[in-house]
Amino acid sequence: MTSKKVIPARESGIPMDPDKRLDIRQILDGLEDYHSPRRPWHWREERDQARQVGDFTYYETSKPLKNSIPLPGSRGFGYIDPQPDCVITTEIASGRFEDDVRRMRMAAWHGADHIMVIRTAGQSHIDSLMEGTTQGIGGIPVTRKQCRATRRALDLIEDEVGRPINFHSYVSGVAGPDIAVMFVEEGVSGVHQDPQYNVLYRNINMLRSFVDACESKAVIAYGGQLQIDGAHNANATAMEAWKVMPELMVQHAINTMFSLKCGIKAENIALSSVPPTAPPAPCMRLDLPYAVALRDFFRDYKIRAQQNTKYMESETREATVTHTLNMVISRLTSADVQSTITPDEGRNVPWHYFNINAVNTARQSLSGLDGIRQMVEIKRDGPLGDRVRELKERAILFMEEIVDSGGYFNAVEEGFFVDSAEYPDRKGDGIARDPEGGIGNDSLFLRAPDYFAPVSVHFGNNNIPEQFECASEAIGGDTFQDPSKIQFIDELDDYDNVQTRIAERQKYYDNPQLIRPEVEFMADGVLVLTMMLPCDKRHAEVAALAIGEKMALSDCEVIHSQVMHPSEGTYIEMKGKVGFDIDLSTLELPEVIETLSEAEIREDIREKPLTVVAATVGEDEHSVGLKEILDIKHGGIEGYGIKYHYLGTSCPIDKLVDAALETKADAILISTIISHNNVHYENMRKLANASIEKGVRDRLILVAGGTQVVNETAVESGMDAGFGRGSHGIDVASFLVKRRREMSGE
Amino acid sequence: MTEPKRSFEECRQHLASMSDEELYQYFWELAEQITNPLIEAGKTYTTPAIERSVLLRMGFSSLEAQAIVTGVMEQRLMPHGAGHVVWRLSEKLGLSIRETGLLLIQGHHWDEARQLFAGGAA
Repeated sequence: MTSKKVIPARESGIPMDPDKRLDIRQILDGLEDYHSPRRPWHWREERDQARQVGDFTYYETSKPLKNSIPLPGSRGFGYIDPQPDCVITTEIASGRFEDDVRRMRMAAWHGADHIMVIRTAGQSHIDSLMEGTTQGIGGIPVTRKQCRATRRALDLIEDEVGRPINFHSYVSGVAGPDIAVMFVEEGVSGVHQDPQYNVLYRNINMLRSFVDACESKAVIAYGGQLQIDGAHNANATAMEAWKVMPELMVQHAINTMFSLKCGIKAENIALSSVPPTAPPAPCMRLDLPYAVALRDFFRDYKIRAQQNTKYMESETREATVTHTLNMVISRLTSADVQSTITPDEGRNVPWHYFNINAVNTARQSLSGLDGIRQMVEIKRDGPLGDRVRELKERAILFMEEIVDSGGYFNAVEEGFFVDSAEYPDRKGDGIARDPEGGIGNDSLFLRAPDYFAPVSVHFGNNNIPEQFECASEAIGGDTFQDPSKIQFIDELDDYDNVQTRIAERQKYYDNPQLIRPEVEFMADGVLVLTMMLPCDKRHAEVAALAIGEKMALSDCEVIHSQVMHPSEGTYIEMKGKVGFDIDLSTLELPEVIETLSEAEIREDIREKPLTVVAATVGEDEHSVGLKEILDIKHGGIEGYGIKYHYLGTSCPIDKLVDAALETKADAILISTIISHNNVHYENMRKLANASIEKGVRDRLILVAGGTQVVNETAVESGMDAGFGRGSHGIDVASFLVKRRREMSGE
Repeated sequence: MTEPKRSFEECRQHLASMSDEELYQYFWELAEQITNPLIEAGKTYTTPAIERSVLLRMGFSSLEAQAIVTGVMEQRLMPHGAGHVVWRLSEKLGLSIRETGLLLIQGHHWDEARQLFAGGAA
C-alpha cells in the first residue's frame, strides 16, 4: 500500500465569503485526502484580564472575534460584542450534516466555539464504526466521513470568525474505543465519555463498558480532548430531579477518578453539571448550594454548565427564562464551558434559529452578569453553607454504601442509581442491571501473558517485544503517527447518502438565488405562524389547522398552544410548509439610504437648532405613526435635539404652513395614512403648492410619511422626501440634517 | 426494595466531626476505592472494540477491522490481541501489515496464525 497524499487543513483552497452560503459540494470535494491534525481542546484566549469594550470595562471576557453578529441591543452601545470568558456550546444535529454545517457557521458568528454533534438514535448499540452519510434520527450517524466533512467546514468557519472551534461528539456505546480513535484521527476536540452512561441508560454490560472505557480514555488523554461526563442524564431521568443531587456527585466522582487513572489530565476532565430544578420551583435556592458543593469537591476539574432540560415544555420563552437563571448560577459560582439547550427542544429537533437564540441567551446573560462577583458573593454562613455540607455528607454516605455492598457492580445490581429519593432515603425505583447481562456480556477476553497491541497508545497489560522501544514500532508507526495510513470509507449505502440528498435539491445548490423558508434542511419550506385565537384551547388548535389550510400551507401542526383564558383566548404557534420558491433575482429592492450616525445628527442639531411642525393631514385621525417619529420615548427626532410643534390630526394644510411661518420652523412633517384615491399624494401636492404660494417653499423642508407612502412618488408630489412603513426617527432626523446642509450649500 | 434505611441524621454521626477538608479527602479516598477494581479489569481484559481500535490504528478500515476481529474470535486467538495476530503473521509471511490483514479477511492463513500461538489460552 503506497502512502496517500494528505491535504493539510487550511490548504484546501475553498474561499469563504461572508456574502456567500457555504457550498457543501466544495467541502466534499477531495475529502478522502483531507486531514485536520490532532486537535486538543481550545480555551478562549486572553481571559482573566480587565478589558475595555466600547464605553465599558469588562472583567470576564476573552479575545474578541474578527467577524460576528452582535446582540440586537448592542445598537445602543455602538454595536459592541464582548465575548464571555467561557467556551459556549451549541448542539447541532438535524440529521443531515450538510445542512448542519451552515447552521454551525451561523452559530459561530453568534459566538459559539464548541459545536456538539448528537448521535443518531441507536448508534450506541452498533458494535462497530458507522460509515457514510446516511440521514439520522434525532442526531446524525457519527461517521468518519461526517466528522471529516464537518471538521473541514469548521476549519474554514473558525478562520472566518477568528477563533478556533471545538468540535465534539460522543465516545459511548459498544464501539467506544473505535470512535475515540477515529475522533483523534479526524480532529475532534471534545468528547462525552462516561461508562456509567452505557450501563445505566444503554444496558451495555458493565464490565464491557468499563474495560472499553479504559482504552477510550487512554486515547482521549493522548488526543488532549476535553472529556465531559454523563452525570446530567441522571438529572434528566430521575422522577424528582431535585432529590438526586447526592448521587450526581457520586457519578461525577466515579468517572472523574476513573478518568484520572486512565491518564486524562485533571484540566481535561469536565463535569457535566445541570442545575437540577426549574421554576416555578424555588430553583435558585435549591440549585445554588448544589453548585457550590460540587465546585468544592471538584475544585481541580472543569465545570461544563449544562442547562436544565428536565422541566422544559414547548414554550420557548419559559425555557429561556430557566436558562437565564441557570447562567446566574454559572456566574455566581463558575463555568468553564457554558452549554446551551435550544429553547425549542421541548417541541422538536432543534431548528436553525433556536440554536442561535440559545447561544445569544448565553452571550447576553454572561455579558450582563460580567464581574458580578465583585459586588455579590455567596453567603456560606447560613442555610447555603448548611445545605452544602449536607449534600457532601449524603454523597459520601452513598459512596460508603457502594463500598460496603461489594463495589460498583454490586451497587448497580442492587439498583442504587437513579433512585428518585434523596440518599440515604430510597424509593426502590432505581435502574438495576445484571453484571452478567446486558449487551456485549459475552465479549470479554482475559489477556494472555503474551498479549500485544502494536499501537502507540494503549491501556493496560501490553507485552511489547523487547526489540521495540514503542509498541507501534512493530508496524512502522500507527495512524496517530502517520495519518496517511488512515483508511477512508466513502459510502456504504447507494441511496441514503449526501450525494442523493444534494441531487434532490440540485436547483437550490446550483442557484442560491432560489429560496424557500428553512428551519432544518435546505428548502424544507417550513414556516411558523403565531396567532391569538379568541376561543378555548381545543377549538383553537383545530381552528389553527383550518387557517393553515386556507393559507395553502401543507403539513400543518400546532407546535405550541397556551391558554390565555379558558374562553377569551388561546395563543398558538403552528408550523406549516410552503410549496413555492422565491427567486431573489426577480425582487425589486428599495434603495438603501445611509443614515448619519446618531452622534453626528446630535452634534449638528446642537450647533444649529432645528424646529419642525408636524400633523396628520386630511380627514385622518391616525396619530401613532407620526408620534413614533416625533417622540423621544419612541426613538423619534426629539431624541436628537430637534424641537417639534405637533398640531394634531385632520389638520388643514394652510394651518400647517401658517404655523411653520409663525414658529420659524425649518421643516413641515405631514403624516397621511388613508390612501384611497391617492388622497395622500393629493395632500402632499396641496402642501407643496401652499408653500409656493406663500413664497416659502425654498426655505422649508417638506416631508411626508405613512404606511403607504413611497419616496419616489412623494418627491414627484412636491415633497423633499417620503417615508414609508418601517421608517424610524433616525431616518427622518438624518434626512433633515442632510437636506438642510444641501440647502445651505454645505 | 432495599430494607428500611436509617435516617440521614443517624447515618452521618461519624462524619459530623470531620472538617470540610477532611470530608474532601475522604470523598476522594472512597472514589479511589470504588474505581480501583474497575481499572484492574481494564488492564487485564480486552474486547472486540478494543481490538478493532488497535486494527484501525494499524491502518485498516472499520469494515476490515471488524472482519479480522471476527476471525480472531472464531480462532480463539483474542487473548493474544488481534493486532498481535496480524503482526506476527505478517512477520512470518514477509508481507506488509495491510496485505496480511486483507489475506486473513479472505480466509487465508488462519491455520498458520493459530500455529503461531499454539499452546496459548483459548
